[in-house]
Amino acid sequence: MRISLAAEKKAWTLPEWLRYVLIGASFIAAWQLYVSFGGVSQLLVASPASTLQALFTDTTNGQLPGAILVSLQNLAIGMLIGISIGLLLASFSTFSRFGRYLLTALTAVFSPLPGIAILPLTILWFGLSSSAIIFVVVFGAIWPISASTDTGFRTIGTTTRMVALNLGLSRWQTVRDVFLPAALPHILSGLRLAWAFGWRTVVGAEIVFGVAGSNGGLGWYINNARYFLNPPAIFAGLVVISLLGVLLDTFFQFIEQKTVVKWGMKQAQ
Amino acid sequence: MGRQDIEPIVELSHVYLDYHNGRSQGTTIVEDVNFTIQRGEKFVIIGPSGCGKTTLIKAIGGFLQPRQGQIVVNGAPIKSPGPDRAFVFQDFEQLFAWRTVLDNIVYALQVTKQLARRAAIDKAQFYLKLVDVAEAAEKYPHMLSGGMKQRAALARALALEPDILLMDEPFGALDAITRNQLQLELNDIWQSTGVTIVLVTHSIQEAVFLGHHVMVMSSSPAQILEIVDTSQAQDLASPAFVDISAHLQSLLIRRGRNQETAQESAAQLSAVE
Repeated sequence: MRISLAAEKKAWTLPEWLRYVLIGASFIAAWQLYVSFGGVSQLLVASPASTLQALFTDTTNGQLPGAILVSLQNLAIGMLIGISIGLLLASFSTFSRFGRYLLTALTAVFSPLPGIAILPLTILWFGLSSSAIIFVVVFGAIWPISASTDTGFRTIGTTTRMVALNLGLSRWQTVRDVFLPAALPHILSGLRLAWAFGWRTVVGAEIVFGVAGSNGGLGWYINNARYFLNPPAIFAGLVVISLLGVLLDTFFQFIEQKTVVKWGMKQAQ
Repeated sequence: MGRQDIEPIVELSHVYLDYHNGRSQGTTIVEDVNFTIQRGEKFVIIGPSGCGKTTLIKAIGGFLQPRQGQIVVNGAPIKSPGPDRAFVFQDFEQLFAWRTVLDNIVYALQVTKQLARRAAIDKAQFYLKLVDVAEAAEKYPHMLSGGMKQRAALARALALEPDILLMDEPFGALDAITRNQLQLELNDIWQSTGVTIVLVTHSIQEAVFLGHHVMVMSSSPAQILEIVDTSQAQDLASPAFVDISAHLQSLLIRRGRNQETAQESAAQLSAVE
């Protein structure tokens, strides 16, 4: 239930989705007008029409889908490893004093480092391969996930813990069946944070790889487009990166709806 | 009341309990307590707020160990919590929020009794009917009222078919009407299951109405003032009920450690009537 302070009676207003569509449409219209009549060079700013054209061409010739697949694959593998390590660290920190000091120290030292800053190092270690990118994503995901999971575990109520004890659960059952679901609101916000870092990192890392990358992702795709002086493709790449970001965020919101919101552990937004 | 076989199920001898706060030495909360609870009885612990009655029932539950003395359940000293002593808390948040009411019970049965899912569901539904929450089986706990949550928690505890049902002010946060309703139903449930019940409360009316024995405790460090036989005083209108209630009231107020506690208990008591 949401408590609204707004007046009871409301005049009819535009539905929410329509407002977003209108904002988007006017933005695109302004963009097209600027390119058509602003006298700007087509080599600096691509028009919406040519961007759409590039989107269509590179989708049908398989370039964009391929790049999307590579980027998402790097992100997914990195996130999976990062989540596993993050959850392990948080569990370790919950059940042992040494673990707590370890996690606090590691988080303090490593979480301020932008993932992209360790890319030169991972390139040295792994060469120009996707392993170098995945390592960076893992590194970026561990800290927000372990920190939020740790907070989630720590804020589990005494009664919940006592119920777990009363049922005589093993340590593994306690973590899997009580701690993880009880901490899920925190874990999910950590995940959203982690993937947002991860997505930016993946694209950034792929740009650094530049033309040297043989099977590049979206970052490589836009950098490649710059190399071939193809602004419509750069814009198309940016649109795709942004849309995928929106899509992934919607996906996490959907998961929250289906879990913590449904269970009354978090208010609907 | 008809207890045929007198057989002790819980025995406390010279039990001292400490409250630990971080690294401090710990303060004594319960001091040299000795009593026995018989199998199949309803045993009520009553005392002023903060006197240590919750600590005591937690110790019987195995959540904390005595500094000194022994707590024996079913002939063996207890070492840890376990489903043979099912706990019902005052806190409404004792059901797992991420499982439906039915699933809460099914899960408890699966992990404690290794029941197959089908058998666990059947048993869960039986106990949900017994405590009259069958219609809420598929709901998540946050959709239920406080009274319904406590019923569901009671159903989960009963489904474990424990030797002892430990209840720590289970109706303490409910409104008076729901509370009276649940007291009546708890009596019916005891009639049909015969489970041993240990109940902590600060309501004299609840204690006399539900208990066979009422153990009155002093304020901290808690000691036993008296164990009163209330088995003949369960009819609210009977003279015995009034007499015993008055006796408990005088015990609780007279023995308060200081004037403030006495006044607080007096205020509580008048609020109860």
